[in-house]
Amino acid sequence: MKTLSTLFKNNVREYGMLIALVAVMVFFQVQTNGVLMKPVNLTNLVLQNSYVITMALGMLLIIVSGWIDLSVGSVVAVVGALAGVLIVRYDVNWVVVVAISLLVGAAIGAFQGYWVAYLKIPSFIVTLAGFLMFRGLTIALLRGESVGPFPRGFQNISSGFIPDFFNGDGFHITTMLIGVILSVLLIWLDMRTRKNQQKYGFEVTPFYFFVAKNTGLTAAVMIFSYLMASYKGLPNVLILLFVLIAAYAFMTSQTVIGRRIYAMGGNVKAAMLSGVNTTRLLFYTFVNMGVLAALAGLIVAARLNSSTPNAGDGMELDVIAACFIGGASPTGGVGKVIGAVVGAFLIGVLNNGMSIMGVGIDWQKVVKGIVLLLAVLFDVYNKNKSN
Amino acid sequence: MSDVILEMRNITKLFPGVKALDNVSFSVRQGEIHALVGENGAGKSTLMNVLSGIYPYGTYHGEIYFQGKECRFRDITESEKVGLVIIHQELALIPFLSVAENLFLGNERAKNGVINWNESISKTAELLNRVGLNESPNTLITNMGVGKQQLVEIAKALAKEVKLLILDEPTASLNETDSEKLLELLLQFKEHGISSILISHKLSEVNKVADSITILRDGATIETLDCRKDNITEDRIIRGMVGRDMTHRFPPRDSNIGEVIFEVRDWNVYHPLHEDRKVSTNVNISIRKGEVVGLAGLMGAGRTELAMSIFGRAYGTRISGKAYKHGKEIDISTIDKAISNGIAYATEDRKAYGLVLIQQVKNNITLANLEEISTRQVINEPQEMRVTSEYRDKLNIKCSSIQQLALNLSGGNQQKVVLSKWLFASPEILILDEPTRGIDVGAKYEIYTIINRLVSEGKGVVLISSELPEILGVCDRVYVMRDGKIVGEMPANEASQEKVMKYIMTQQEVVEQ
Repeated sequence: MKTLSTLFKNNVREYGMLIALVAVMVFFQVQTNGVLMKPVNLTNLVLQNSYVITMALGMLLIIVSGWIDLSVGSVVAVVGALAGVLIVRYDVNWVVVVAISLLVGAAIGAFQGYWVAYLKIPSFIVTLAGFLMFRGLTIALLRGESVGPFPRGFQNISSGFIPDFFNGDGFHITTMLIGVILSVLLIWLDMRTRKNQQKYGFEVTPFYFFVAKNTGLTAAVMIFSYLMASYKGLPNVLILLFVLIAAYAFMTSQTVIGRRIYAMGGNVKAAMLSGVNTTRLLFYTFVNMGVLAALAGLIVAARLNSSTPNAGDGMELDVIAACFIGGASPTGGVGKVIGAVVGAFLIGVLNNGMSIMGVGIDWQKVVKGIVLLLAVLFDVYNKNKSN
Repeated sequence: MSDVILEMRNITKLFPGVKALDNVSFSVRQGEIHALVGENGAGKSTLMNVLSGIYPYGTYHGEIYFQGKECRFRDITESEKVGLVIIHQELALIPFLSVAENLFLGNERAKNGVINWNESISKTAELLNRVGLNESPNTLITNMGVGKQQLVEIAKALAKEVKLLILDEPTASLNETDSEKLLELLLQFKEHGISSILISHKLSEVNKVADSITILRDGATIETLDCRKDNITEDRIIRGMVGRDMTHRFPPRDSNIGEVIFEVRDWNVYHPLHEDRKVSTNVNISIRKGEVVGLAGLMGAGRTELAMSIFGRAYGTRISGKAYKHGKEIDISTIDKAISNGIAYATEDRKAYGLVLIQQVKNNITLANLEEISTRQVINEPQEMRVTSEYRDKLNIKCSSIQQLALNLSGGNQQKVVLSKWLFASPEILILDEPTRGIDVGAKYEIYTIINRLVSEGKGVVLISSELPEILGVCDRVYVMRDGKIVGEMPANEASQEKVMKYIMTQQEVVEQ
């Protein structure tokens, strides 16, 4: 059996990140006199970060493949602008617009992916060009002004909450129920993994650690559900995020395509000579990013209730930073979905906490830069030590 | 002894969990070529890294005396300052700089930071002359072959006023002629009083040039043999290295050869960059069931290019020709199709093309055949664990667990992982490109055993190797390649090293069955 210290050593990155997140949350909770964890602020925190997390999922795949996408902020803007123009100026049904927008996102991803994968132009250059072009198209589409407002249904994508099927009298029972179901599900999954590992004679974590981990996780889920339930319940966008995170975590760790992406990022030639169609795979990685960026664009537009020329400005940096803070390697082949999500939350909590404290946008950027550097330093330090 | 230039006393070096060197003593006399041999992981490179200061003083126990003075090197610049220069297996030249720029990198002929190009160039010309390399000092490294690059490395060492030259596997990637030239050079240096330490797996070379041979095994000095006093045979050295007699370097095998299973006809391939240069010309080869077919030839004869072009056009352009399996024409135009048609190619460069080094052993083994362990695109991890554990046991891969990173395995074990990957893809025809390069005698034997097992299961194996004894020892039939053409074919029992060399070196084509 593994001792606790070797366990920690082997997973120092994951636990380190989580500890950092908790520490930052506690810090702001104290500094803001408890505002951070208030249900209304917690809801806000989720809404504010939903688009960064959405895009971090796609960006992680691109970074793991060994590339980068600088254009996502501009794609957010151009898709939001297109959706706005179609809904407001052309009066197209918003459901149709959502479908069109996601297709346009895929097309943008395909365009950039074609240049990177098939024409072999470095993604830094292709997406830098995209960064400029799509921002320009946004301004052209909107003729330099904001377009809005949107119908209720569209707005609900990001600012709606799931309905309560029970009459909880100010307490959202459905939310609490989902929390309970989620907890049970997580415990069941972990137990299954553990059993499987034991069956094949692999080392497992000590039982007390298993209990402690699941107790902690359950407690966190329950507290979070309780806080959300005592406000308006779970936001729609959070459900969307849950589904996306679960799907991408599963895809990266359990499927053939996930395995191939990591192999491609780790050694593209070896992957190619093992029969992986790396060109096509890389192409689809960009298509995927385009769709997720389009989705993020819709969420942003729905949240602001208008399409603005500077939507998503600088967002690519938060997304990329989230991946690197979450342990992705700039040279490819390394990085986890959960890491990127935690990284995105860390940035989100920093943004939110500092805003509540009244720290200006100037110093917020300085702090975020320092956190990014420290996180990567932590990686490099650990890597050197383990060698 | 006054003529001892280097003495390392009781060197012990610990790594977390392993004793890499255990009380090793090693000394080199003035003006001798001292060979250092041993299996992979015996501690040769570690010992040289201690000597050159890559592992600085304080990270090991023991003492180093160079020219009678005790040395405590903190880094490689300090050891170079006293005239100790190490040339690593992987060359450390900058590809897009010229020879002259590389020679004086870190040692520039400059005044106040401004480079004196005239002096640099003329000095370079002089040094190139000394190593017998006829190249302009302005040639870019990337435009030179590996053999010439190796000479540039040596010239670089000379530029540093070397007294003791350490060469780590200098001929591993050189062909016979270039190897010959390099060894000649070492003998010349000896005349001029420059001592050398030669680390090599090629025992014939060691035998040819070494004055003394020190054998390391499991981090300890086994013995030092004096070649000037006694006549040391290769078998004698091998006995010291493996600690047992290796009367059979190649495991015996009963050939049971069946019908032709794979055939390539009129195969033509052009160079991917220089489109008018042909790298394979009208190649016809066939492989029978249960047969090991050797592909002999010099480096650059086009063997790897041919193999890779057959393996799903992984190399070359304008490829023409037909491939047949069991008499039926098959489509092998992509790697994916080649694999599903039962063809596998294990590369000569396992680090760059064979493995995803930063991933686990198990992920590497299953990479080429993920379908086998997945249902509807979802990987069945318990099953993956089970099959990869089987391969670990069957091929005797030494790793702490199948979840260890490929990066941390020794060369021989990495090679076994590459082989496992292709065995797991269950091919009918397996092309092995230099499968034993840079790995030790014991691991080589194991790989030959694996080849034997494969053919006994009825598969066909193509073995590309630059070591003729290996080709002759393992194969049933041998093709000889030169300039992208098949210039000879013979059954292995009719072949001899001399005969194959004649085909390789003869200028006109000899057609003989």
